Amino acid sequence: MGGALAWLAAPPAVRAQGDKDPLGSSQWEDIRREFLGQAPVVFDERVQVRGPAFAEDPMAVPVSVSALGLSDVKQIAVIVDRNPIRKVLDFHPQLALPALSFRFKLEQASPVRAAVRTGDGVWHVGGTWVESTGGGCTVPGVTRSDGSWASTLGQVSGALFESPLDAQATRLRLRVMHPMDTGLVAGVPAFYINRLAVLDEGGRELLLFNGHEPLSENPVLSFELPGRVQGALRVRGSDNNGNRFDAAIGRRLLP
Amino acid sequence: MKHLRFLCAAAALALAGAVSPGVAGQPDPSRLDYGLQARALAPGVWVVEGANADFEPANGCNIINTGFIATGAGVLVINTGPSLKYGQQLRVLIERTAGEPVKQVIHLNLHPDYFLGNQAFADVPRLATPATRAGMAREAKAYEDNLYRLCGDWMKGTQALLPDGDLAPGVLRMGGREFELREYQGHTDSDLVLVDRRSGVVFAGGLVFVQRIPTTPHAQLPQWQQSLRALQAALPAQPATHGLTALVPSHGPVRADAQGLAMTQRYLGWLEGALQRAAAQGLEMTELLRSPLPEEFQGWAARATEYTRNVVHLYPRYEQAALQPACDTKARAACEKLGQLAEKP
Repeated sequence: MGGALAWLAAPPAVRAQGDKDPLGSSQWEDIRREFLGQAPVVFDERVQVRGPAFAEDPMAVPVSVSALGLSDVKQIAVIVDRNPIRKVLDFHPQLALPALSFRFKLEQASPVRAAVRTGDGVWHVGGTWVESTGGGCTVPGVTRSDGSWASTLGQVSGALFESPLDAQATRLRLRVMHPMDTGLVAGVPAFYINRLAVLDEGGRELLLFNGHEPLSENPVLSFELPGRVQGALRVRGSDNNGNRFDAAIGRRLLP
Repeated sequence: MKHLRFLCAAAALALAGAVSPGVAGQPDPSRLDYGLQARALAPGVWVVEGANADFEPANGCNIINTGFIATGAGVLVINTGPSLKYGQQLRVLIERTAGEPVKQVIHLNLHPDYFLGNQAFADVPRLATPATRAGMAREAKAYEDNLYRLCGDWMKGTQALLPDGDLAPGVLRMGGREFELREYQGHTDSDLVLVDRRSGVVFAGGLVFVQRIPTTPHAQLPQWQQSLRALQAALPAQPATHGLTALVPSHGPVRADAQGLAMTQRYLGWLEGALQRAAAQGLEMTELLRSPLPEEFQGWAARATEYTRNVVHLYPRYEQAALQPACDTKARAACEKLGQLAEKP
């Protein structure tokens, strides 16, 4: 009861910035309608999106999203306004912390947004701007160009670290070999990882990640898991052609 | 006391700068005039200094130091700059300054501002090492596109004209001069250094950056540092008659000493350590990008952009080394390391 009163005393969106797009993008209204529907939306600085000021490699722009300041996060969607395919990923943290890192293909300078849905159905939106000289989505990746993707498809590598975001948590970094074709290169249909789950040793699903075409070739992902993960983790997933991967990652032997 | 400190500082400056500090020409974008100026480093040896900055339309994307040397049997040109217009203006400057016709062009590595001025030197031999020639052929199209995007009108009419002959390390004789060509690697797959034996002027190419964050699109940090050590050891003895008189880096000011090598070495050593530590801690690229640089490098040119590029170019190989193959049906060997896995996939 006391908790509820405290909640009432403080406005729920104390750091929310309202419904005007801080990045001033003319596409925002369309994006909101397409991806967030009729649900309530607030721009909220507790959703932090960090990337470089400019895309040195438009094929792999590194981005970190954190919604650690929000509670009861159900979903994080990453949307790039000016990409020909706007949705980069959907992340359902479940038992993981609401934070992740990834790399994506950027076609031209654009806002990069994270929309975070909390249990009350509100979308909290944060973003950053990344400059680019262009060309990320319509150029074939390295392993597509040299043909080596077929021999490494679905290979997983990874490791566990103390989370730099929270000393009580564990960071899982992993890479899955996959060409992640956007379908926008002539003659190469869309081919991408669309589902990746992380499970604990007991088979309990800790998080679910749904990828889309703009994720970078051979995606490198970071997730934050609660506590010190002692056992092995299982990474299971599939691509849009039905290829599956299923691998285990051991705990890093901390000194 | 204040006075004394000032005098000491002035004395230190005078020592470091026995070669007087250079002035990059003032570019005029309305006329696409780079305002190139030749500065004599020794009799018959000139440097043409670019801005110590990043590629920008305001500087015409002229950030390279090129050079030329009169041999008595024609002029040797060292690198031709970032564009057709640069090449044309460089050639006019050379002919006005050296009093001899251009005899030959050499390229110290494959990067765009080392050869995109070549169209103005189509009538003379243009030489580079086989590795540099192959790299230029591979990257030329991307360089043209990228520099047009970054520099706009300054690039008008520029098309890559590749070198047309091989250059081997060793002694190159032209007229009354002997040049020593030393091939290293690490900044690129082939980094040439030219030593003019008569004057003691060294054109160090891309191996040395002075007060500028090094560029790394083709870099291998361990090899680069090894090459700097080897060059340092080779320098004092090289000029047959006297020691080093000027060291010309491709980017940053010319100095009369070899301090540029140590500066570059310090930056590369720090960068490699930072990349290794970040990978071992499981840091993301975004986190590494936000970590501060040591004070010495904060004021270096192109700080805002080049460190970001360093991380984007180099971090993937370090972070990948910190990840281990996971255990799955195709990598059974990795499963044994897990031990605790209840049910092997």
